[in-house]
Amino acid sequence: MRIVTFTRSTPDTATKVEVDAKGHVGWGDVATVVNPWDEYSLEETIRQAEANKATSAVLAIGPDMHNEALKHSLAMGLQEAYRIWQDGLDVSDSLAWATLAAAAVHKLGDVRMVIFGKESVDTASDQHAYQTARKLGWTMLSYVSKILAVDLAAGTIKVEKLLEEGKQVITAKLPAVLTVMKGINEPRYPNFMGIRKASKAVIPVWSAADLGVSLPPASTQVVAFMNPPARQVITEIIDGANAQEKAAKLVEKLLEAKVL
Amino acid sequence: MSQVFAFVEVVGGQASAASWEALGVARRLANGAQVVALIFGENAASIAQEAAAMGADSVLVCEDATLSVYRVEPYAALLAKLVSDHQPALVVGVGTGRTRETFASAAAETNSPLLTEAFEVSYEDNTLTVTRPAYAGKVQQKMSASGPGPKYLLVRGRAFKPNERDDARSANVTTVAPVLSEDQISTKVESFEAEVGKVKLTDAAIIVSGGRGMANNPATPPPGVPDPAVWKAQEGFANVLQPLADVLGAALGASRAAVDAGYISYDHQVGQTGKNVNPDLYIACGISGAIQHQAGMRNSKLIVAINKDSDAPIFKMARFGVVGDLYEIVPALTAELKKRLGK
Repeated sequence: MRIVTFTRSTPDTATKVEVDAKGHVGWGDVATVVNPWDEYSLEETIRQAEANKATSAVLAIGPDMHNEALKHSLAMGLQEAYRIWQDGLDVSDSLAWATLAAAAVHKLGDVRMVIFGKESVDTASDQHAYQTARKLGWTMLSYVSKILAVDLAAGTIKVEKLLEEGKQVITAKLPAVLTVMKGINEPRYPNFMGIRKASKAVIPVWSAADLGVSLPPASTQVVAFMNPPARQVITEIIDGANAQEKAAKLVEKLLEAKVL
Repeated sequence: MSQVFAFVEVVGGQASAASWEALGVARRLANGAQVVALIFGENAASIAQEAAAMGADSVLVCEDATLSVYRVEPYAALLAKLVSDHQPALVVGVGTGRTRETFASAAAETNSPLLTEAFEVSYEDNTLTVTRPAYAGKVQQKMSASGPGPKYLLVRGRAFKPNERDDARSANVTTVAPVLSEDQISTKVESFEAEVGKVKLTDAAIIVSGGRGMANNPATPPPGVPDPAVWKAQEGFANVLQPLADVLGAALGASRAAVDAGYISYDHQVGQTGKNVNPDLYIACGISGAIQHQAGMRNSKLIVAINKDSDAPIFKMARFGVVGDLYEIVPALTAELKKRLGK
């Protein structure tokens, strides 16, 4: 049995990302990292696989820059890694992405759980996870903050889910797709042995044809990337003899700006 | 053009305020065509009149017991069925945790395009074009969806205005049947623990946010506290920033540095790995303004920075800056606001 997770390489959160004169998005020579939300889903996949005597597998969809995230995952302790790609594949459309993801899960076989990070900090968002669940026809459990129980024999899972106005406890049928939140666990750092082993790993690449998928034309298109308009702001420093005077002046300014 | 659907999100038996922004966008893009509000869940029928006042021409409601607590499966199944049956040109909603999931799932069922987080939107010649953030707000992306068939659209909360309320308007209300019965739904909600009285960051018109500087609290920790800096910061969030938030009706935010240091819980985090916010007023207290934080709050209309360090990058984004100790400025600000706002 397998527990599967997806990851991708993204620019580090501290990196400046910009659109160049040709309209390409870049971040200079700065190395990519594992999508920050995926630290938690990778860790949870390792833990759930150990607890349920399953094999942990990690997949990425995209060009070879995503090998970095896969190698990091292997170094953390994921047991298998695969990448889905072929030249000219357009995965900017979430439906195309989810169709490939669902087909890859089927190809792996005997998968009971797919665990995603909450979202991706590049161009992918959270809709990829929801659409993968729908393409698989599996239960979707989003914003999971704790996995309380997994009973493979009974085919059930019990989780705590975060809502904007509180928390729910949910029981559900497996197989299921989960998105997990920051705080569900404390992600481990890869150790030296793990890094050495991962650096030697050869990651199989599956094409759409390998997955038995022929993608229809994408339903959405990326027209262009732009830099956000610079904030046209002239900063006014509020002076005063003491805190009270500064506070009074600031409140005056905020009332004038009609934001209170 | 065929009709335009607007999805009204029901939370605790009431329409969320942001839902009316979806009706505003729907009305604008419909360009004269019928705007149909969809209302599922508890109290749906009684919300229908409000939807009419907010700009719906007709309303489809479903108040079945399977929908009284939100779950993606029955919601998405019903949404996909209504879209398949009525073939609206557009299905418009305001992006929240629930709508993102429901829309993505319904769109996947019929292989319909979905564009999310739009803060600019146009619809012409069957083509939907949006501008949305990418790389967590560091750049922008223009995307389009064309061709025949319904298109799903989620706009950012607070990016568009609702229609003017008109209580004289009325709408045809039609009750629809749910698609899934309880035994066809794979999830059960066992319990719910509400967090009451908290203003949501993503809905807030005003946000008061604290950063690493919260640890400079002059208050003396009680003896035996394991980490005095954490105690000071927590005490500062609760007893210095919260009162300012209360007088303004504001939500309480925090930088990642403050969350990672254990000063405040993660649900308050603003920034690239937290929440992306766009209030009218953002008051940053003791926040230096790292690039990750900027990505999450740069769409705020007016930014105020309070920081000891006059070189902090946050001042470059701020319309008004106060150089000083937040533990002196914030209490003075709270007192002044109480006086001026008559609270």
